Order: sequence, then C-alpha cells, then structure tokens
Amino acid sequence: MSTGNFENWAGEISEIGAIYPFVGAEWLFAIAGVVFWIWWHFKQTKIENQQFNDDVEKYGNKETLSKIVSKEDPENP
Amino acid sequence: MDNELTALGIIFTEYYYWSTVVFMFLIHVGFCMYEVGASRTKNHMHTLMKNTMLIPLVTITFFFFGWWIYFAFPNGPGIIGGLVEAPHATIYSEAMGPHMGAGEFAGWERINGVFWAAFLLFSWTAASIVSGSVIERIRTSAFLILAVAIGSVFWIIDASWGWHADGWMVQLLGYHDAYASGVIHAIAGGFGLGVLIPLGARIGKFSQSGKPHNLNPRNPWLVTIGLFLIYTGFWGFYVACNIPMWDIQAGDGVFFSATNIYLAPTTLSGITFNFLMSLSGGLMAGYIVSKGDPFWTYSSGLAGIIAASAGNDLYHPIQAMLIAAITVPIIYKMHFWVENRFKIDDAVGAVAVHGYAGFIGVVWAGFMLWGYPSSPNPEYATINPLGNFIGAIIMFGLLGFLPGYILATILKKAGMLRVPPEIEITGLDIAYTRQEKRDEQEVIDAERQFVNSR
Repeated sequence: MSTGNFENWAGEISEIGAIYPFVGAEWLFAIAGVVFWIWWHFKQTKIENQQFNDDVEKYGNKETLSKIVSKEDPENP
Repeated sequence: MDNELTALGIIFTEYYYWSTVVFMFLIHVGFCMYEVGASRTKNHMHTLMKNTMLIPLVTITFFFFGWWIYFAFPNGPGIIGGLVEAPHATIYSEAMGPHMGAGEFAGWERINGVFWAAFLLFSWTAASIVSGSVIERIRTSAFLILAVAIGSVFWIIDASWGWHADGWMVQLLGYHDAYASGVIHAIAGGFGLGVLIPLGARIGKFSQSGKPHNLNPRNPWLVTIGLFLIYTGFWGFYVACNIPMWDIQAGDGVFFSATNIYLAPTTLSGITFNFLMSLSGGLMAGYIVSKGDPFWTYSSGLAGIIAASAGNDLYHPIQAMLIAAITVPIIYKMHFWVENRFKIDDAVGAVAVHGYAGFIGVVWAGFMLWGYPSSPNPEYATINPLGNFIGAIIMFGLLGFLPGYILATILKKAGMLRVPPEIEITGLDIAYTRQEKRDEQEVIDAERQFVNSR
C-alpha cells in the first residue's frame, strides 16, 4: 500500500511523474487551500476589530489620550 | 534528464533561480527593518506584523492564481487575443508540486517551483513597497487585502502584458523594461499613491494650516541596515530577471547567452556594471540634493537603480550613472511638492522612490533604446519613446493608481481601512505594550517574593 504513485524507486524514474501523496486529488487540495485562505481573512479581521474596540473602550477617553500626548511632548514631559 | 548535458542545464537553471530567491528574501528582511525603524516606537510591532503577514498571504494567493495569470494573460485577454492555456500553472496542476519532470511539460516541472518563487519574491516586493507608505494608520486586515491585490493580481497582470516574451505591450508598443522599473516599481508606487488618498495622513503630520511636519525615523540604524539589505537583495532581483542560458542564435548555428525576460541577449557582467553605476549615481545625487540627509541619500541609491533598471540590460555604465543622477533630484522635488500640494503623507517616500523613479525610468529607456528590437521576434514593434511612455502610464496609472484608489475607497466606505483615531494616538501597539508591562510586573512581583522569602 502507498499513498503515492509508486512503491519503490526501482522502476523507470521518468515514468513516475508527481511524487507527492494522493496524486489526482489536486482539486480537493485546491478547495481546502482557498477555504483556509478566505477563512483566515475573516478571522483576522474579526480579531483585529475586537482588539480595537476593547482598546478604544479602555484607553480612548480624553483624559488618557491627553496623558499620552503629554508624555510624547519633549517640552512638557 | 536522460543525458548529462541536458540534466546539467536543467539543474543549473533550477539552482540559479533558487539562489536568486534566497538573495531576494533579504529585500523583505530589509523592508521590515526599514519600516520598523521609520515608525514611531508606539507602532513598532504593528508595523512589523503588517509587513510580515503579507509574506504568507501573497505566497498562497500567488500559488492559487497569480502564477496562472502570468501565463494566461499576455494577450490581455481581449486586446490581441484570448486567454492563453497555462496548464502547468493552475492550482490543480501536477506541475505545481514535487515532480520528476518527465511529464507533459517537457521538463518544465523541474524548474516550475523555483521560477514561481522568483516571481513570488517580486510579488512580496510590490506589496512591501506599498506597506511602507501607509504605516502607522492602516488596519492590518485592510492592508493584507490590498497586498493580495497588488502582489497576486495587478503586478502579475502587468508582467504578463509587458514583462513576458509575448506580452501584448511588447508586441504592439515595443515596451521594454528589463529590470522592472515600471513592472514592479512604478505600479507599486502608483498603487501606494492610490491608497494614500482615501487613507489620509497620520494625525500630526500636517498642522491645521496644512504645514507638513517631519515624522523622522525613530531608529536610523535599523533604517540604514534595512536599506543596505534591500540593496543586497536587489542583486538577486536583477539576476532573477534574466534567463541564465538560452540559445539566442537566429537561423542556423548555436550561441548560448544569458537573456533578459524577453529572451533578448544581455550578460550578467553588463548588468553588474550598470547596477553599481546607477546605485552610485543615485547616491551621489541624493547626497547633494538632500544635503547629506541619510534617509534620503540611501533611498536615492535605490531610486537611482530603479531609474536605470528599464534599460540596464543595454545601457553603458556611465549612461546608467547619469540617468540615476538626473532622475533622483526630480523625484526628490516631486515628493515634497506632492506632499505640500495635495497633503499626501507617504511615510517612507515610497511613491517617489519607486513610483516616480520607475515611471521616469521606463520613459528614459524609450528614448535611450529608440529603435532597438524589443524582442528576438522581428515582427514585434521596436523600442520607442511613445510605446514606453504609454507603458509607463499603464503601469503607474491603469494597473497601479486606479486599482489602489478604488479598492482603498471601497474599504474606507466599509469602515475597514483606517484604525480608530484613539488607537492612532495611543499607538497601535497599545494592547501589546500594556500586556508587556503586566508581564514585567508579574516577574518583578515574583522576584520580590523570592527575595523576601530568604
């Protein structure tokens, strides 16, 4: 039994062709790959939005922002 | 692969492109260092991760469809013909994986991966050029969508049109752009400009009266090393633009040489002359025009190479040097003029260094190489100023600026383009830095407990 197209390297090498497992199932790999890609964008966007919302709630008030700006001011540390 | 000479040719070609990929990886290392060095401390991590994550996103999408676009689109499609069949480059092709190379593609399977990767590293570069312009206020999610668009769609369409032995721009316009002044740099600069308009300037970049302020690099050493690494990677970029060994003799006889991407002759020696001389011309002009400003001097070295790249397969080295030296003051002045006039906040000057220099570089090649064959195919148009000028507009404007502006405007309307202003003020790393402080505090508390228990 072999997941590849061949079971040993003893045959005619030029006839082996592709050497990855499950040759012939490339469409399935393609669908899985594209689904993973699209899912990643949605997931990343959701995480980022959540992070920004949390941060705005915690640090977005005028008092905190003023403190941060003052800290950055070299003439008024 | 059944005789030593053929095998040697294929394995040499495989190794040749593989080594260019390793060199070009340094471009991305350089871009990451450069951008982080140019950003403010409160935005370092965000800047780094934004640029880092374009690597996997552009890689997988270039595998899914980018590579196929290159081979399928040289006719437009719809300009001089339809889609070209490209079965070796589809997502489901057996040639898009480890293969012994004796299949239907006559040995192409052996070099498909390294050739794909060489193009892919150009894709990363295109996206990374845009990345620098938009730091400190773009959402990572938005940037990564834009990175896929420029890296896996628009630049590779332009490559198929104007950087392909049978691209329609080569055939009809005589377009010549051997080392990608327009194909990579003008399009990426144009795309970046298109994104910058709807994105807007960083808070604090302009006063209420419209006066621009300098947000100087926070870590000049990181910027310096980053730019040196980009120079280093640029060597790989140049070499990857060549075909290492090709029979260029028309008719009877055989004459093997390196060629450019159009299969027209050049030599590695020639492009080495020109790379270094254009780098030198750019650095010298940049140093003078910026009055020794390190950031602009280094960037001008890059701009000098970019300005000469379109014709660096054929220029004389002193021509390459002078083209670089003349172009750099123009793009330097244009950067500040655009910043002042249109309030465009290009954080690292990428639109100027890549976009304007790339555009001008393509125009230079049209004049300098006027009448040269654009291809070994004598039926194709010869190189000419109008053809290259139209080509520069297509690269910078049609495939660069326009898609960048449209996509960024859509993202803006969906509220997805820019980080909230509160986050911009606190710094995009606020969550990370607060967590870091909490972690440090926990360690200090634990240390204190340890000391007290003794």
